[in-house]
Amino acid sequence: MSDSHSTYFIPEPSRWPIVGTVALFIAFLGAAIMLNGSAFGTLILGFGFAAIVYMFAGWFADVIGESIAGKYNKQVDVSFRWGMAWFIFSEVMFFAAFFGALYYARVFSVPWLAGEGAKLITHELLWPEFIYEWPLMVIPDLEAFAASLYNEVIPAWGIPAINTAILLSSGLTVTFAHWALKKNNRSGLCWWLAATVLLGFIFVFMQASEYIHAYDELNMKLTSGIYGSTFFMLTGFHGFHVTMGAIMLLVILIRSIMGHFSALDHFAFEGVAWYWHFVDVVWLGLFIFVYWL
Amino acid sequence: MSEAVVHEDHHEHHDHKPTGIGRWLFSTNHKDIGTMYLVFALIMFFIGGAMAMVIRLELFQPGLQYVDPLFFNSMTTMHALVMIFGAVMPAGVGLANWLIPMMIGAPDMALPRLNNMSFWILPFAFALLLGTLFMPGGAPNGGWTMYPPLTIQLGDAFPFLIFAVHFLGISSIMGAINVIATVFNMRAPGMTFMRLPLFVWTWIITAFLLIASMPVLAGAVTMMLTDKFFGTSFFSAAGGGDPVMFQHIFWFFGHPEVYILILPAFGIVSQILPTFSRKPLFGYESMVYATASIAFLSFFVWAHHMFTVGMPLAGELFFMYATMSIAVPTGVKIFNWVATMWRGSLTFETPMLFSLAFVILFSIGGFSGLMLAITPVDFQYHDTYFVVAHFHYVLVTGSVFALYAGVYYWLPKWTGHMYDETLGKWHFWISTISVNVLFFPQHFLGLAGMPRRIPDYAVQFADFNMVSSLGGFVFGVSQLLFVYIVIQCVRGGEKATNQVWEGAHGLEWTLPSPPPFHSFTTPPKVTDATAHS
Repeated sequence: MSDSHSTYFIPEPSRWPIVGTVALFIAFLGAAIMLNGSAFGTLILGFGFAAIVYMFAGWFADVIGESIAGKYNKQVDVSFRWGMAWFIFSEVMFFAAFFGALYYARVFSVPWLAGEGAKLITHELLWPEFIYEWPLMVIPDLEAFAASLYNEVIPAWGIPAINTAILLSSGLTVTFAHWALKKNNRSGLCWWLAATVLLGFIFVFMQASEYIHAYDELNMKLTSGIYGSTFFMLTGFHGFHVTMGAIMLLVILIRSIMGHFSALDHFAFEGVAWYWHFVDVVWLGLFIFVYWL
Repeated sequence: MSEAVVHEDHHEHHDHKPTGIGRWLFSTNHKDIGTMYLVFALIMFFIGGAMAMVIRLELFQPGLQYVDPLFFNSMTTMHALVMIFGAVMPAGVGLANWLIPMMIGAPDMALPRLNNMSFWILPFAFALLLGTLFMPGGAPNGGWTMYPPLTIQLGDAFPFLIFAVHFLGISSIMGAINVIATVFNMRAPGMTFMRLPLFVWTWIITAFLLIASMPVLAGAVTMMLTDKFFGTSFFSAAGGGDPVMFQHIFWFFGHPEVYILILPAFGIVSQILPTFSRKPLFGYESMVYATASIAFLSFFVWAHHMFTVGMPLAGELFFMYATMSIAVPTGVKIFNWVATMWRGSLTFETPMLFSLAFVILFSIGGFSGLMLAITPVDFQYHDTYFVVAHFHYVLVTGSVFALYAGVYYWLPKWTGHMYDETLGKWHFWISTISVNVLFFPQHFLGLAGMPRRIPDYAVQFADFNMVSSLGGFVFGVSQLLFVYIVIQCVRGGEKATNQVWEGAHGLEWTLPSPPPFHSFTTPPKVTDATAHS
């Protein structure tokens, strides 16, 4: 690494940003057409996703190539760090919107529908039988939601507690991998990373089986009123992020096996590890506020 | 401004410019990307402006004459979306792209490829959004705030609207990340945070607002999407949700958003007033703290947009006092601008004229905002033309005027030519007079009870509407003069010096006009000397 202020690194013109833009455009276009009821949209969406994967592969290949060629100095490394850190913060704020919806429902809208505060008349006029409890077992408009009523929700101290243990352990294993990398212990790096990837995918598998249980046996669905909406949207987006994180870890694992990264220079590893800790922390919020309390 | 000592050896033009369409499509250059942002913003300004002309034409006299009510509602909705996300925000980012690297002594933005993508998303996102004009059921027509249940009932346009918002959000977040990484990491040696030009400061703070608020908007519209297509109940009371919840989440984004539109304008004016007053900015530190305070407070005032929705009394009171407290840091800024000019050696070139108009007219918008912040009074003003007058004073004579000021101020630096000062002054005077004819009567209309977003109105509102429409047409047409002035300046004109303006200080004025392709290939050394004080 050269002195941070002696030379600057400016990338050459690149086709990947415009490829990525067009790919996202195709995906959004396809999704919109699909949602408007045309199966043709699904095809476009699939093509868009393929193009997005192609863009990621190509863009990262360029970046990895430049990194291995030694074109990056300390300053580029720091720019990447700020970029990743604030990207993760934007993700935090995305989850904050859904947590906000959960709190608003629990603290305001559901008690109001049950007649609390100044909203007694709403309760009397709309659904007088509705009572407030959380987890919400009665949906205000029982007729409209007849197909998705449930008597039971997923308890915190079953699969969710095991999943908490899995995800927290994976936070440890990724740190062990990092320590191994810093000590130039390559086999330790690969094995601990492999363990992390494995734990990640086990988490996703457990989450999927929990969803199947909720749908098939409890009849608790995305369409089950505000409880189902917040439950599945929060855990669903989290599960999606865990899946992405696990794929990122897998890429890092493959790169580690290929001999990439050095004890002093391994931002890609650290960026992915930060991301992994982020999904970990979001999970703790979910475990406490969605499953437990 | 910083007294800068620049190494002489980096001014040789050894940079190779890519050519052809690839120069623009694959660009990693902050100046080219900045230019694309600014041109795009100008095009969208005229598309949004054309929609405003349709609105003012229909409102020229009472009765329904030119467009049907549904299309009228599409015009108000799309006018807002185009102007906010297509014109003002991209213009701000365009200026940031051009200026931040030059002002902090960097060769380019920190993440040039990401920068390219931030820009190129915009035309594609607007293809999704503007395409809805030709869809069954029409373009979005429930207001730019997209409140459910009305907006959920939209036709085929609905998913396009949602995905366009997602797409624009991705662009804004990437752009904001880039600004933060650039300012944190690419400053020249000696360019400490408290030596940054105020435009750079306002942009860092804007970037934080973007990163914190755009994902929340993405969350809100995602909930709307799943409510419509996947059976969730976020905004449906039947399932335990609440349509008002959308308003809370939306305005948690929406209020920081309005500061995203105005803070860069504050920055521009804070650069221009000292130059033409030939005095340093008064109270630099307090300007920085005031800007940060405004941004911080913006996260705790959102519900003043929804005083009439039926919130608990405690909420109404909290949001009223929190909102009014924003007047304190804003007052600090206006005081400092005026104090900067106090006993200065003033000249009135076009950028200065627009900045002066900004200070006065933005203050009018600020005061009407203070009136709207008073909860019991807002019950009368809510959803009337008083609100329309208020936010057009802060957005048109505020943001847009500051952007004009900024373009006139830096255009000679960008193009290497002086613009036509006489025409610039004409543009200023016609705009300033007509914009007041356009928006000032709307205060009276609102106080008299005329509601917003309606294509027809009671006859007692006829006179003021006619006056307002006439002002609108003149304002609309006079903006073509700006396009002519800019094109003329790009094509030629009196050669601009490096410093351009006699009183201008800062790193960007040490570079040649036009500056080299990559601004500072070796970092300049910034010394304290007269730094900004």
